[in-house]
Parts: sequence; structure tokens; C-alpha cells
Amino acid sequence: MSIFEKISIYFSYPFVRYAMVVSVVIALSASLLGVTLVLKRYSFIGDGLSHVAFGAMAFASVFKMINNNVIVLPLTILAAVFLLRTGKKAKVNGDAAIAIFSVGALALGYLIMNVFSTSANVSGDVCSTLFGSTSLLTLTAGEVWFSVVLAVIVTGAFIFLYNRIFAVTFDEDFANATGLNADRYNLIIAILIAVIIVMGMNLVGSLLISALVIFPALTAMRLFNNYKSVVICSAVVAVVCAFAGMMFSIAVSTPVGATIVTVNIIVYAVASLVRRA
Amino acid sequence: MAYITCRDLELGYDGEAVTGNINFDVCGGDYLCIIGENGAGKSTLMKALMNLNRPMSGEITFGDGIERNEIGYLPQNKDFQRDFPASVEEIVISGCLSKCGLRPFYNRAEKKMAEDNMKQMDVYDLRKRCYRELSGGQQQRVLLARALCAAGKLLLLDEPVTGLDYKVTCEFYAMLGELNRNGMTIVMVSHDLDEAMAHANKILQIGREQIFFGDKDDYLLSESWKSFHQHHKRHVIPGGIKA
Repeated sequence: MSIFEKISIYFSYPFVRYAMVVSVVIALSASLLGVTLVLKRYSFIGDGLSHVAFGAMAFASVFKMINNNVIVLPLTILAAVFLLRTGKKAKVNGDAAIAIFSVGALALGYLIMNVFSTSANVSGDVCSTLFGSTSLLTLTAGEVWFSVVLAVIVTGAFIFLYNRIFAVTFDEDFANATGLNADRYNLIIAILIAVIIVMGMNLVGSLLISALVIFPALTAMRLFNNYKSVVICSAVVAVVCAFAGMMFSIAVSTPVGATIVTVNIIVYAVASLVRRA
Repeated sequence: MAYITCRDLELGYDGEAVTGNINFDVCGGDYLCIIGENGAGKSTLMKALMNLNRPMSGEITFGDGIERNEIGYLPQNKDFQRDFPASVEEIVISGCLSKCGLRPFYNRAEKKMAEDNMKQMDVYDLRKRCYRELSGGQQQRVLLARALCAAGKLLLLDEPVTGLDYKVTCEFYAMLGELNRNGMTIVMVSHDLDEAMAHANKILQIGREQIFFGDKDDYLLSESWKSFHQHHKRHVIPGGIKA
């Protein structure tokens, strides 16, 4: 049986198609904001927030919440707002604040899971929350729609606010001086990134979501030197990598999240070489 | 009625006053130069005019029909993030954003305006280039073009020539003088006394409190000018420009 036959058989299953749709839309929305986050020196916020989301998810699963997102999303948004807003004038520096959130939430989450969990396989649960897992293959149609709607909202908001996000990212003082409220847009960026992180946790797990945020942006910045091209290139790279990684993982039975990130790393390496050549 | 009226301003950070008792106004067509020693609060005053920080007391009022979105701002030539991928035209047109209101994208008039300002500042040929690849003088002209997009009537500049060499500095001041003659109101913080005296029509000197405000010609006859100028002759002014 050739690989193509194998893939086409897999695609006859709805859960594979669901997984494909979800991974592509998440990669797309993560990459759009990734450019802004990398430029604002917040590359690690994805990592920090994903750990917060992990902690929240541990909390939710121990208390047997029916829908995890009811508690995970608000908590992650709260953390994102806190991290992005206090970045400038906090007593704790931005990177230290991210580290505190990241490590603290990870430890608390694991502690809660370990002490209160009713599951027989705690380390298995932890592993799949961190690295993503088969949960991607058990998506229901409802969850797929939820992801798609969120992705449309994120992408739409990004396009609608594109010029403002550029101005605020490039020169916050100028934006403020000419009457644009930079804090408001930073708040919107924080909310959008939190939404993406929570979405992405299902796909690649909380540990690898920051890779989806930063790699396409870094690749694009290697290749282009104006903002619009970088944003478009980043989106294209993210979608192509998600698609290719998914295909590869189906064909060769590798873990989905890790495979997608590996493809991103390879593309980044190639882009770096092209730039140098 | 003046564009900007400042009454009894006291400025500082974290509850500590840097300077106080500041009273001045800026009228249409003025070229006001704000001078003073390092740490006298010149940039703090500029930030207060820009609404980036709040005065500790006193008030700043904008009048004569000037709106916040008709003010352009040229910051000190700070190092923007070195890897920021932005082309010249993207940066210049972002100055028009304050005119957009709730409209998400630029309209034709704003694109035209950005183009005109790039031509006026002689950076139109560079419009596709990346900002980070330009020389210091070119970068400053790009930022001035952006400020002009935002400025209908009033341009605020905070030590715009810091780090530029002598020739570029002269060209830059010539451009500002030209703008002023064409009706743009200019408020500038400067270390560069000679240029300030050459172009400005009004001078504000501040220290612990306001030392002088008035016409340049009056200032040149005042005691404060003599002592300030004497003092500065003996020092090289930061930024590499000799007074």
C-alpha cells in the first residue's frame, strides 16, 4: 500500500479531517499574532501562558468540569492581560513575571493532578496535556466548530486592527502621542493570544504552543523586511507546516504536535540558510 | 486664542518635582524652542504636552480649534528594535492613523498624503526600503515624514538631531525652517543653541523653574541668555554638537 493510499484511507475518517482543519486554523491564528509578540519581545509569553492554561486545566479536570474551557479560557486571559500590561512599569520585570507564572502554574497544576486525580495514569495525563496527544483525534464536531469560529474571530480581529497593531508595535509613544490608545490595543492583543494558546493546547499541547507562535514569525522575518510581507509569509509558512506535519505524522505515525513543530524548525533552518546564501 | 496654553505647570516623576512654575503659550505659526540644562525637565515637559505623562499640577489647554489628532511628534532618535521589519512607506503612513477614527484601513487621501510627505522629506525613493537599513539622517527624515502625516498644524520635536552629523543636522534644520515658513507651528526641545537662535521666534528656558519665556530678540538681550551661553561655550553639548 503506498503512502498516498494510506493517507486517503485515513482521510475517509471524519476525525482525521477534523484534526487537519483544527491544526491548520490554530497554526494560522498563532502565526499572525506571533509576529507582534516576537517584535514586542514577548516570545516567551506563549510558554508562560500555556503553563497557566495547563494549571487551569488540571484544576478543571480534578473538579470534573464538564467543559474545561469555561475555567481555562478566563484564567489564561487574565494571566495574559496581567503579563502584557505590567510589562512596562511592574516591580517584577516582564521576563521574570513570565517565569513566575510559567513555573508556578506548572508546579501547582502537577501538584493538583497528582494529589486529587482519580485517574489511574497521572503521568500519562500530564504528558498528554503538555505535549498534546490523541485528544486531537478525539475531537467532536462541536469542538471543531468552536476552534474554527475562534480562529475566524482572531484572524478577523487581526486584519481589522492590522494598521493599529503595526503602529502600537513599532512605536508605542508615537501612537499614544497622536491620540491612539496603545493600552487598549495591548489589551486586545493579550486577549487574542490567550484565546490562541487555549485553542492550541489541544493540538500540540501546552509545551509546544510557543513554537507555533514564534517559528513562522522568525522564518518570515528571515526572508522579508517589510511588515506586510512578514505577516503574510508567516501565515503561509504556518499553514503549510501544519498541513505537512499532519500528513507526515499520519503517514509515519509520529506524534502530531511534535511533528508539526519539527517541520517548522526545518523550514526556519532552511530560511536562515537562504538568507545567508 | 493660542494653540497651547500652559499655566503654573509643575512637572516631575513619582511625586518629585523636576521643574515648576511654567507659564507659556504657543500660537499659530510660532517656532518655539525649549532650552535648558540637562535634567531640567525639557523632555518631561514635551511628554506632558504629548499627553504621555500627567503634570503634577497646573494645566495644559489646547485651543484655537486644534485637535489631538492634528499634532505630529518626532521622538528623540531612539534605537528602534533593530530587527523590526518595516518599510519606509509603512512607517510614514502610520502617521495618518489618528485621522482614521474607527475606519480600519487608509483611504486614498491618506495614501496621497503619505506620498506627498515622503516626497517633501526626500525619502520617496527609499519607500520600499527597510527602515533599519537606512542611515541616521534618512531615518530621522522618515520619522519627520510620519510626524507630518499626523500634524495638521502643530509639530512637536524632542531633540531631533541627537546623533546626527553636522551636515545632516543643518539640512534637517533647513527643512524645519521651510515647514515653519509654510505655516507649520513648531515646538522643539534642543541642545543646539545656535540653531535655536537662528530659526526660532520664541524661546522658553527652564531650570528648577521657568527662567525665560518670550521673543527670541528679547532673550538675546537678557541676562539669562548671557550666563547660559557663557556656560555652554565651555562645554561640549551631549549629542556631539558644539554650542
